[in-house]
Amino acid sequence: MARVRGLWDRYRSASPVTIALLALVLGLVVGAVIIIATTPEILNAWRGAFHSWGAPGHALKVTFDNVGAAYRSIVTGSIVDPPQFWHSVTTGRGWTASLTPLSETLTYAIPLVIASIAVGITFQTGLFNIGANGQAILGGVAGVAVATLVHLPMVLHLPLTLLAGIAGGVVGGAIPGLLKAYTGAHEVIVTLMFNYVASYFMLFCLLSTPLQLPNQTNAISRTMPGGTQLAPLFGTASGLRVNYGIVVALAVTVFAIWLLDRSSIGFEFRVTGANPHAARASGINARRTLVTSFLISGGLAGLAGVTWVAGTTHYIDQNFLQGSAGIGFTAITVSLLGRNRPIGIVWGSLLFAALEVGGSNMQANTGIPYDLATVIQSAIVIFVATPVLVKEIFRLRTLRAESIKVATAGWGS
Amino acid sequence: MRLELRGITKKFGSLTANDHIDLVVEPGQIHCLLGENGAGKSTLMNVLFGLLQADEGEILIDGEPVRLANSGDAVRRGIGMVHQHFMLVPVFSVAENVVLGFEPTRSLDRLDYARAREDIRSVSREFGLEVDPDATVESLPIGLQQRVEIIKALGHDARLLILDEPTAVLTPQEADALMAIMRSLAASGKSILFISHKLKEVRQVSDVVTVIRAGKVIGSVPPTASESELAAMMVGREVSLVVEKTVAVPAEPVLEVRDLVVRDDRGLAVVNGVSLEVRAGEIVALAGVQGNGQTEFVEAVTGLRHVESGSVLLAGRDITNRPPREILDAGLGHIPEDRQHDGVVLSMSVADNMVLNTPRRAPFARHGTRNLRAVRDHAETLVESFDVRTSSVEAPLSSLSGGNQQKVIVARELSRPLEALVASQPTRGLDVGSIEYVHREIVRVRDEGHAVLIVSSELDEVMALGDRVAVMFQGRITGVVDPSTSREDVGLLMTGSTPAESR
Repeated sequence: MARVRGLWDRYRSASPVTIALLALVLGLVVGAVIIIATTPEILNAWRGAFHSWGAPGHALKVTFDNVGAAYRSIVTGSIVDPPQFWHSVTTGRGWTASLTPLSETLTYAIPLVIASIAVGITFQTGLFNIGANGQAILGGVAGVAVATLVHLPMVLHLPLTLLAGIAGGVVGGAIPGLLKAYTGAHEVIVTLMFNYVASYFMLFCLLSTPLQLPNQTNAISRTMPGGTQLAPLFGTASGLRVNYGIVVALAVTVFAIWLLDRSSIGFEFRVTGANPHAARASGINARRTLVTSFLISGGLAGLAGVTWVAGTTHYIDQNFLQGSAGIGFTAITVSLLGRNRPIGIVWGSLLFAALEVGGSNMQANTGIPYDLATVIQSAIVIFVATPVLVKEIFRLRTLRAESIKVATAGWGS
Repeated sequence: MRLELRGITKKFGSLTANDHIDLVVEPGQIHCLLGENGAGKSTLMNVLFGLLQADEGEILIDGEPVRLANSGDAVRRGIGMVHQHFMLVPVFSVAENVVLGFEPTRSLDRLDYARAREDIRSVSREFGLEVDPDATVESLPIGLQQRVEIIKALGHDARLLILDEPTAVLTPQEADALMAIMRSLAASGKSILFISHKLKEVRQVSDVVTVIRAGKVIGSVPPTASESELAAMMVGREVSLVVEKTVAVPAEPVLEVRDLVVRDDRGLAVVNGVSLEVRAGEIVALAGVQGNGQTEFVEAVTGLRHVESGSVLLAGRDITNRPPREILDAGLGHIPEDRQHDGVVLSMSVADNMVLNTPRRAPFARHGTRNLRAVRDHAETLVESFDVRTSSVEAPLSSLSGGNQQKVIVARELSRPLEALVASQPTRGLDVGSIEYVHREIVRVRDEGHAVLIVSSELDEVMALGDRVAVMFQGRITGVVDPSTSREDVGLLMTGSTPAESR
């Protein structure tokens, strides 16, 4: 009983984790409302609901069936399908089909973790890097260039490819960082616009020798040689796309934990982010902090780009990180969801990746458009950003002071 | 208005901020609520102004129990509040600010500025609150901004005014003017509830003083009670109100400032040829009405503002226009004027704040990796030896009272290897107990043979603490005098005139 009481108290104390979980619940509720409002079958059932006995029950059943099917296919499409999994366990066959959902979720989460950490580092410094996507594109282009145009043994070639990706992103991060430090140009505008520069630069490279695939008129690059690819974790024969990029993502997470929680430079980042005036009075060089933060952020964003190419497609074309595939933009919301902290970002990335992957499965199985996943993602972020609202809805006790600390500070300051 | 509070109790979790508080304010009375920071004064005022709801107890206005659900209720009942931090729109004119929320209009919903101006003038005349209705609020000195707040409250027909530490932001002259206004308001029948922890002014202006400590009323006394009696009631023990120090033994000059010229953000030379020398083992107090260049002077010395010309030497080493980190490392301790703005990071832990300007120094970091164990140990030692009241060194600094936040800064600066200490307004906003403590520490630094420069707009502090007193007026030093000089003469120097006997 005391144990239950303890759990109840913890729920009511509204820790950031509680808020995030409740935001997920609310996001799913919003998704359900939209499914109900847009599915003709459900609407028709309710239209007739009050004409006969039993009809309301029928309408409820139709509603639950449809919403349930939608959410079930998100889960089975992104984590595991229990009957399929049980089939594999009992017969030892069909493991590829059983593990594909989880593999896909992890595959998508890999670059998202890296890119979100990149964004989170600038947020912690009180800066906005809206250009992570452009930096990731530059990283991807640089990585593919080094992979396809340089010939080296694998032990050197793969590391060099990844380093090239980092370097590409560093260039993308350095420009807005230096512009802000030396001219005061607002980093939001510069990074935002730089996404376009990066996209068109990529298009230029894809249509020019030597990067363009020979004898092609389409914007498509050469393919990275095997030695520069991040190989599938369980071998090519497994059919599972999850790859050694997961090692890169884990390394980046460990690095970020060290950087933000244990390093001197990270301490200076956080002091600058929390109170730039005190940072200055304490002798922290604001300019150097700002530029360093942008260099690290850009480098990691570039690494996210090259990790995605090297782990999955092995070439880039004009659609690379464009539109809804723009992980650099998703990274901004994931970073906020994870409160700009590495561990939070890892969980946030897994959630967003699962919704992304599961959303496709839902569309295939139930015909409910994949965009619903985006709606749920957006709703979750809105609820996480408004803890007071979540608190009110769930009648939580007053938030602890640190949990309502606004996740980003420093806009314009 | 006759206001009565009966058994007001307000709890925050396990903390009882107000514990059965009884209080009566008679019409036309200036009633002072005296207490240390964290004693529960602000909580009580927020209950009274409808911003917080009491858990127990009742509020009676003119004998009739009332319920104040929000500040609108309080305003309708005739309660006006002047907050410590003003609630004004800086870019609006005085008239616009005063009418904000209940704007008088002519036909077609046009604002009636003529009437607003006339209203302000009549209130101004009645209570001696002179202010230009057309001036932009941000262009006014703090003292006048406060008048605007008072006029605004009176404009809502307040019959009881709550003044929350109104003198904390004022110069001595402005404070005197405010007291005159308070007296004239009381004479016209307004009741005033005056919150303060400054003993001198409390005795000057109040009719009754009620002391609260740790959420409880300790007692009500007439203002004739002595300062040490009031201080003892407030703190709960005997407090020394005079700074005890021996005669200074100045040695070689440590901090030498020569012909310093510094411009402010608008490009005006607000420090205009200041030369000052602080020797090891002495305290030089820089006095002056705020806004005469002291802030910019300190910023220039600590490397936070560009030096136009002139030089600053620390222990013989030229630190003019060096980066702040280099100046800090050269051994200049700095207690900044606005501690929450420049001195600490409120969201970070006490331990992190203790190493805010030495994060890379051994043993706190090695090869760019912080040694959190060493940081924590360091903080625990300092918390212990400087008597910082905090639940733990991991607690965010925002959970500490103002006095304890200042102790964290003092502890941090004094625990570094120092040549000289520059302290700006080191006791602003602190309670008696903390002031006594900070003063003692500053004298200790001097006695250890360091040079100390104090910048303060509180004349009492300057005269009590300084071994020599330099007075600054309009960017220049108008005189360097002995602390035994009369207050009147120092006052004259503060206004730029030269008294007969000093040079």
